[in-house]
Amino acid sequence: MTPNPYLFIVIFIGVALVFPLIPLALAWLWRRVFQPPKPGPEKNAIYECGVESLGEAQIQFRSQYYLYAIIFLIFDVEAIFLVPFAVAFVGLPVGAFIAILVFLLLLIEGLVWAWSKGCLQWGTIEH
Amino acid sequence: MNEEIDEGLRSQLQRQGVWVTSIQELYNWGRKNSIWPLQFGLACCAIEMIATAASRYDIARFGGEVFRPSPRQADLMIVAGTVTKKMAPQIVRLYNQMADPKYVIAMGACAISGGPFKQGYNVLKGIDRYIPVDVYIPGCPPRPEALLHAFMELQRKIDEQKLSGAHKATHLEAEQPSEFPVPAFGKHDLEPPANPNVFRPPAIERQS
Repeated sequence: MTPNPYLFIVIFIGVALVFPLIPLALAWLWRRVFQPPKPGPEKNAIYECGVESLGEAQIQFRSQYYLYAIIFLIFDVEAIFLVPFAVAFVGLPVGAFIAILVFLLLLIEGLVWAWSKGCLQWGTIEH
Repeated sequence: MNEEIDEGLRSQLQRQGVWVTSIQELYNWGRKNSIWPLQFGLACCAIEMIATAASRYDIARFGGEVFRPSPRQADLMIVAGTVTKKMAPQIVRLYNQMADPKYVIAMGACAISGGPFKQGYNVLKGIDRYIPVDVYIPGCPPRPEALLHAFMELQRKIDEQKLSGAHKATHLEAEQPSEFPVPAFGKHDLEPPANPNVFRPPAIERQS
């Protein structure tokens, strides 16, 4: 009698559960029997290379790099879509052609905007 | 567990292929052969510590090659170098943040006493003023062999720690503290200048 082929998955899940649970249970037992836990304000403090941590971790970052994100979209992501578009150009229906045209126009608008911002100049950007 | 097994019986059993041990021996054997140091260097001693970890001296032979960048995962703090008074609070805080059991090796003349800067104004005269030190290594800087020797001494110390009874290891005692007060910057010096519960300098006996 051949066992159910899904039986191996059940065994695998069982082993995958028991394997980490045994050390965790042993550690829990060890704590109960031998080693008393010693938490404290310093020990539980946030690790910050030895200095006291300042402020909150959940802060908002200024989007300083949005220009790079836009240019990345224009010159990298757009190129990825352009290559299959060019290959399948002859067989495309009108709807798909218009859709990719809208996509291109949106990014070209971004390119014009970035150009007018002076992002394509070498050297420092003057706002 | 306090009752030691007869050594003759043990060797006789071992010859028959029966290996007898106790939880304490197994625990200490596992701990002493896998001591993870905190990746932490202060001055020129740290260069010797790096050499000890590199291939020529190879601290991996003793199970201590896993230098951890976080105190949560470290067992051993090697205070390698000059402890300035500006750095001392950070060291004590890092020691506090290490999980028990934790050990300290004071490496080099500066870490054990202030060394050549002992008379200076800005160097701590030994890290043992704030945290308990297990092994001291003299030298300026100590050679990698000296650090390896200290490591082996620490392994010997771990091997002798008791799991239960009156003389059990300090990290197993519920009353023994796991963290020590962090000194603050005072007007002229660190405050307090030493932790009296930790710092017990040897009494000097002068013959009159």
